[in-house]
Parts: sequence; structure tokens; C-alpha cells
Amino acid sequence: MRQDEMTPVVRTIAALIFPFIIIFSFYVIMHGHLTPGGGFQGGAIGASAIVMLIVAYGARNVKKKAKEESLSIFESIGGLVFVIVGIIGFVAASSFLYNFLVGEPLFGTIPPFGSNPGILNSGGILPILNIAVGMKVIGGLASVVLVMALAGGDEE
Amino acid sequence: MRWVAFVVFAAFLLFAAYELHPFGELDDSRMDDYIISNAQNETAANNAVTSVVFDYRGYDTLGEATVLFTAIAGALVVLRRVKK
Repeated sequence: MRQDEMTPVVRTIAALIFPFIIIFSFYVIMHGHLTPGGGFQGGAIGASAIVMLIVAYGARNVKKKAKEESLSIFESIGGLVFVIVGIIGFVAASSFLYNFLVGEPLFGTIPPFGSNPGILNSGGILPILNIAVGMKVIGGLASVVLVMALAGGDEE
Repeated sequence: MRWVAFVVFAAFLLFAAYELHPFGELDDSRMDDYIISNAQNETAANNAVTSVVFDYRGYDTLGEATVLFTAIAGALVVLRRVKK
């Protein structure tokens, strides 16, 4: 057994819990325009799932599945989506980051005024920006923790 | 000398604390009223906080994302191992 792995009990529990944490992270990101939370918070939850894998399985075993280059490309795609959505608002409507999807069939349903349960298909560009920021935070935090964990050990 | 500086600084802080605005009493609530009454129509989102963060102040969120990107790029540059 490698030195940086934990015991089989911890590894099994981590592998069991991992999909649920990822699902909760996607829930927080996708419901950012309805409930408390959003891209940053959900991204931090998803990154903590990957950090749990790093702690349980060791950084080198995680690196075989997800290199920090690919995580950082994932992060850059999130940032690009954010800026591209902003520029589409600038071109299609009046200003940078204009909410041009309000009233459109995709994400455009305007909710009734006041307190209501909420419609998932609403929010204009807000869900897209939430997903972009969530990708950014997941990729960024996970790649930083992975690189820090890799920097601690010996060279192979 | 250190005590003089401490007394002067503490006097400034106490003076500023006495001059603070009373908690919960607004001078001007036009911005809040506008966002509360118009955010659902203008951004089609129920969560007014998210509509402020990502729509009314979306430029600020872009700056936050840029700060995050810069911090992560710096950490990766310092810590990543380059193959020899």
C-alpha cells in the first residue's frame, strides 16, 4: 500500500459520499437564482469533494484521473463563458452583461411578484453565469489543492 | 511614545464610534426599494441577492472571478513541478 493513501475504510466511505457531494454542489449552483447559494458556494462544495478524494486516496492517485492542467483548463473555460456571455449582452443588447435572456424561452420565464416557490427555467443569464463561476471555482480550488499536495511529497 | 500613539488612535476610534450611524435606520432607501420592487421583473430571478451580484453588479463579479483566476495562476506558477 502506498504511503499517501488512507485505510480502506476511509477510501470506501469517500468513494461512496463523493457523488452525493457533487450532486449537492450542482444543486446549489443550478438553484443559485432561486435559493441562497450560487456559483461560488456550490463551486466550493464541489472543490471540497475533490479535496476529500485527495485526502483519502493521495494526490498522486487523484492526479492519474484528473491532472491539474485539465482542471485549470476547466477553470479557464468557466471564465471564458462568463466573458463571452457578457460580450453577447454588449452586442445583442445595450450594455456589457446585459440580461438579454429575460422573456426568451430559455431561462426567460418572469416569475410572479412577491414570494413564490420559484421556477427553475427563469433568471435570464444568471444560471449561465452561475454555472460559469461554479466551473471556475471547482477547477481553481481543486487544482490549487492538488498542486499543493503534489508539491509536498518526494519526486518520483 | 507607543502609549501616546495608542491613546491617540483609541480616541480616534471612540470618536468615530460615537459618530456612527444608528443601526437599522436608513437615510435613504431608494436603492433597496427599487431592487425589491423591480428585480424579479428585470432579471426574472427570485433571489434578489443573486440578481444584484450577477446582474446589477455583474461587473464586480467579473472582477472577483479575475482575482480568483490571478490567485490560482500565481499558486500554480509557484508550486507546479515542471518536467525536467
